[in-house]
Amino acid sequence: MELLLVILVGVLYSSGIYMMLRRSMVKLLIGIILLGNGVNILIFLMSGITKGKAPIIPADQTGFMGAYADPIPQALILTAIVISFALTAFALVLLKKAYTLTGTDDLDSLNIQDLDI
Amino acid sequence: MLLLIISIFIIGFAILFLRPTKDSKYFKFLSILPFGLFLYFLQFIPEIQSAKKNLIFENQWIPSLGISLDFKIDGLSLLFSLLITGVGALIYFYASSYMSRDPYINRFYCYLTIFMGAMLGLVLSDNLISLFMFWELTSISSFFLIGFNTNNEDSRKSALWALSVTGLGGFFLLASFVMMNSITGTFSIQELFSQSEVLQSNYQYYVIIAFLFLGAFTKSAQFPFHFWLPGAMKAPTPVSAYLHSATMVKAGIYLLARFTPILSDGEVWNMVLMCVGGTTMVVGAFLSVFKVDMKSVLAYSTISALGILVFLIGIGTEIALLAASTFILVHALYKASFFMITGIVDHETHTRDLTVLSGLKKKLPIVAICAVIAALSSAGVPLTFGFISKEIIYGSTFDFDFWTYNSVLILTALVLITNVFLTSAGLLVGIRPFFGKLPEKFENIHKPDYKLWLPIVILSVFTLLFGAFPFIADQGIISAVTTSIYRSQITQELHLWHGWNTILLLSGATIVLGFILYFIIKPSHKTVEKFDSLNRIGPQNIISVIAENIKLFAFKYTRFFHNGYLRSYILFIIVFIIGIVGYKFFNDVTLKINTNDLSPFRIYEFVIFVLIISAIIVITFTQSRLTAIVSLGVVGLSICLIFVVYGAPDLAMTQFAIDTLTVVLFVLVLFKLPSFLKFSNTKNKIRDGIVSISFGILIALITLQALFYPSNKEVSKFYAENAYLLAKGKNVVNVILVDYRGIDTMIETVVLSIAAVGVLSILKYKSEDEETRE
Amino acid sequence: MKKRENNIRPKLDTIILKTATNYLLPLLIMFSLFVLIRGHYLSGGGFVGGLIASIAFVLHSFAYNTKRTISLFRFRPLYLIPMGLSLSLFSGLLPFLISKPFMTSIWFLDSVAVIGAFGSALLFDLGVYLVVIGVVLTIIFTISENV
Repeated sequence: MELLLVILVGVLYSSGIYMMLRRSMVKLLIGIILLGNGVNILIFLMSGITKGKAPIIPADQTGFMGAYADPIPQALILTAIVISFALTAFALVLLKKAYTLTGTDDLDSLNIQDLDI
Repeated sequence: MLLLIISIFIIGFAILFLRPTKDSKYFKFLSILPFGLFLYFLQFIPEIQSAKKNLIFENQWIPSLGISLDFKIDGLSLLFSLLITGVGALIYFYASSYMSRDPYINRFYCYLTIFMGAMLGLVLSDNLISLFMFWELTSISSFFLIGFNTNNEDSRKSALWALSVTGLGGFFLLASFVMMNSITGTFSIQELFSQSEVLQSNYQYYVIIAFLFLGAFTKSAQFPFHFWLPGAMKAPTPVSAYLHSATMVKAGIYLLARFTPILSDGEVWNMVLMCVGGTTMVVGAFLSVFKVDMKSVLAYSTISALGILVFLIGIGTEIALLAASTFILVHALYKASFFMITGIVDHETHTRDLTVLSGLKKKLPIVAICAVIAALSSAGVPLTFGFISKEIIYGSTFDFDFWTYNSVLILTALVLITNVFLTSAGLLVGIRPFFGKLPEKFENIHKPDYKLWLPIVILSVFTLLFGAFPFIADQGIISAVTTSIYRSQITQELHLWHGWNTILLLSGATIVLGFILYFIIKPSHKTVEKFDSLNRIGPQNIISVIAENIKLFAFKYTRFFHNGYLRSYILFIIVFIIGIVGYKFFNDVTLKINTNDLSPFRIYEFVIFVLIISAIIVITFTQSRLTAIVSLGVVGLSICLIFVVYGAPDLAMTQFAIDTLTVVLFVLVLFKLPSFLKFSNTKNKIRDGIVSISFGILIALITLQALFYPSNKEVSKFYAENAYLLAKGKNVVNVILVDYRGIDTMIETVVLSIAAVGVLSILKYKSEDEETRE
Repeated sequence: MKKRENNIRPKLDTIILKTATNYLLPLLIMFSLFVLIRGHYLSGGGFVGGLIASIAFVLHSFAYNTKRTISLFRFRPLYLIPMGLSLSLFSGLLPFLISKPFMTSIWFLDSVAVIGAFGSALLFDLGVYLVVIGVVLTIIFTISENV
C-alpha cells in the first residue's frame, strides 16, 4: 500500500504543478490545493504508516501497549489542513477581487494592470 | 586617538548646522581644526626620531574576529598625517574665500572634514579591516567632493567614475586582506611584519599581491586606471588641490609603502611596480604638456608624479625609498601650490585656458612669485626642494653598484624623459600665465583676497626652506619615513650638494631640455583635439563599453527571468529543481526499495486510489469550473478515507470538515465566473505536462528512497509515553496541539485570524474606483 | 448592497431543509462541544469541534440566509476571534499565578464527570474552538454577503 501512496504523492505533485502552470487564476488555486494535499500525504507517509491504530491511549491504560500511528506528523498535518483552508479562502477572495477589477480570469491581465498603474 | 578620529567625524556633521550667510565669514575659522591636528601630530616628531618605542593606541572593536581600531604612529603614517592636516589647514583657509559664494558651503566643509577624518584613519590604522573601512570612506567622501557641483552633469559623471574605479579597487583590496588573514590568522599589520615569510612562501602570494596592486593602482590612478583622475578635475579647485596633491591619490602610495616590508619579495613585487609605475610616469608626463586647460596639465603631471612614486617604491633600494619619501613631500608642496594658483587664476579671470592667459604678473605679483617658485621646484632648480628630490631620484636609478649597465641606461633614460616633460609641464602652469603681454580683457581683474594667496606663500616658503636646508626635512621626518618602509636604520641622508658628478649633469640636462621643450611646444586646442580622438581606444572607453554591455546583459537577463508571468517563474524553479536534484539523485544514489515490511495490500485501498487518480484526471482536463471543484472535493474526501484507514481519526475529521467548507467557499465565489477559457496552446500544454510529470516522478522516487530508511521516532515516543503521565491526556495528537506545542497552536490561531481579517478587509472596504462604478 | 444579495444568493428555499436545520443546528453544536471536550481523551479537539460548529451555522445560513444566521449570535462572529485568542492567551498566562513558566498545564479538578480532568489545556482548546468558528464564519459570511 505504501507503493500506491508513493504513486499518489507523485500524481498529486505533477497535477498540482501542471495546474499551477496554467494561465487561469482558478486553476492556479486548484493546483496549490492539490500540491498541499500531496505534501500532507508525503508527510503522513514519511513517518511510516500503521494500519488502524490511532495514537490514542486505551481508556483503561496509562500508556501504549502495542503499535500505534506516529502522532507528530498527524499534528503537523492537522495544522497544515486548517491553515490551507485559510490560505484558500484568502486566495479566493483575492482572485474574486482581481476578477471584478479586470473582468477576466487570466493571470496575464494582472501584468497589464500593473503597467497601467 | 580613537576619540580624536571620531570627533573629527562628529565635527564634520556638526558643520552642516552652520548656516551659510552672504559672505560666510566665519568659515575661515574652521581651518583651526586641521591646524590644531597638525600641531598635535607635530609633537610626535621627537618621539619618532628616537624610534625606540612604538606609538600604538589600542582599541578593541570586534575582538572575536580579530578586528580592532588600533592606531599606530610611525614615520610613514606621521608624514601622511602631517600632510593631510597641514595641507588641509591651508585648503580650509583657501576654500573659505574660494567657495564663499556657494550656497552649500556648509556641506562642502562637512564633506571635506569627513574626508580628512577618513584619510587620517586610513594612514593611522594598524588593522587591515579598519584600514579598509577608512579606505572605502575616502572613496565615498571623495565622491561627494568631486561631484560637489551637483547641477553639472560632467561633474556627477566624473564623480561616479572616480567612485566606481576606486570602489572596484577597494573590493580587490578587501579580498587581498581577507586572504592575508586566512593565511596568517591576524588582521594586525604589526603582526604581519613578522609573518612576511609565511605570506611569501604561500602559493596564494601572487593572488594577494595582484589584488593589493589593483587596490593601490586604482586609487593612485596608475595606468591603465589613470583616467578617473583628469575627470575628477571637475571638482572645485580646493578639492583638486587637496585630493590630488597630498591625500586621496597618495593613499595607494601609502598602501604600497606600508606593505613593502611585508610583501616585497625582491622580484615580482618590484618588477610589477617598476613596470606599471614606469609606464604611468612616462605616459602621464608626455600627455601633460599637450593640454591647454591648466587643471588638465596638472592632472596628468600628477598621474606622472604618482607613477614616479610607484616606480621608486618598485626599485626598493635604500636610496630609492629615500627618494620616494622625499618626493611625496616635494610633490605635495608644489602641486598643492599649483592647484591653488590655478584656482586663483580661474577665480579672477574666469578661464584656465593656457592659450588665452598671459602677463598676469602685473596684476597678481605675489601669486606670480609663488608660481615661479613652484615651477622651479618641479623643474628641480637648485635651492628649491625639488632639486634635492630630483638628485636622489637620479641617484636611485644611476646606481652601478645595484644595477647592470644596461638597466642603468634604460631606467635613467626613462626618468630623464619623464622629468623633462614634467619640467615643461610645470613651466607651462607656473610661467606661461604670468609672463608675456597682458591681454586687455584682464586689465580690470581685481586683486585676490589674502585668504587665497596666503596658503600659497606658506607652501612656497616651505619649498625654499627645505630646499636650502634639506637636513631640516631629513632629520625631521624623512629619515623616519624611510626607516619605517625599509625596516632598518638607513645610512643615506639628504644633502644640498653632492659634488660635481653625473647626477648633477643629469639634473642640469633636465632643466635645460625642459626649458627647450617648453619653448617648442605651444599649447593649442588642435593638439588637444588630436589626443582626444585617441581616447576612443583608451582604457576609459573600453571600460565604458564593457559597462554598457554588462548593463544590457543584466537588462536582458532580468527580462528573461523576471518577465512578470507567474507560470514562467514556477517553471524556472521546477526545472531548476529537477535539474539539480535529479542530477544528484541519479549520480550518487542507488535506488533501494523497501519491500520487506510493507503493509498488506487490500482491495478497498485500491478503490480509494483509483478514485483519487480519476478525480485528479478529471480536474486536470475538465473545461467546467464546477466539475473541477466537485472533483477536488472527491480528492479531499478520498484522502480523508486514507486517514481513516491508517489510524488518524483526528485528521480524517478535520479533512472532512475542511473539505466541505472549501467546496462551499469555491461555490460561493466561483459560481458566477465563466467557465475556463482556453488560454494555453497545445505546445505549452505538452511542455508543462512533461515538466510536471518528471517532477512528480522525481518526488515519488525520492519518497521511495526515503522510505527505505526508518524514520527517527524518539520524539514521537517521548510524546506518546508521557502524554498521560505529564499532560493527563490520552489523545496524543490533541495533547501535542494543546499542550506540548501549545505556543505553535496559538500562533496558528493568530494566522487564521489574520486570514479572516484579510478577507474581511478586502471585501468590506472597496476602493474608491469601485464605489464610483457602483 | 442589499439588492445584490437578493440577486446572487443561491435559492435553497426548501421547507424540508429549513425544518431539518432547526433541529440539526442545536444537535450539531452540542456534538461539536462534545467533540471539543472529549478531545483530550479520544479523537477530537478544538479544531475539529470548531469546524463542525461552523458547518452547522453554514448549513443554517443556506437554509435561511446569512442575516438570519448572524442574528442567532448577539454579535458579529468576528468578535469570536479576539475572544478565543484572549482565552488561549489567558490559559497560557494562568501558570504565572503559581510561578510556573508560560503555558505549563495546570489542573483544577482531577475527575469531573464526562469531561475528565479539567485544566488549562481545556481552556486553551476552547479558545482554539472559538477562534476557528470566528474565522470560518467571518470568511464565509463575508464572502456570501459581498460576492
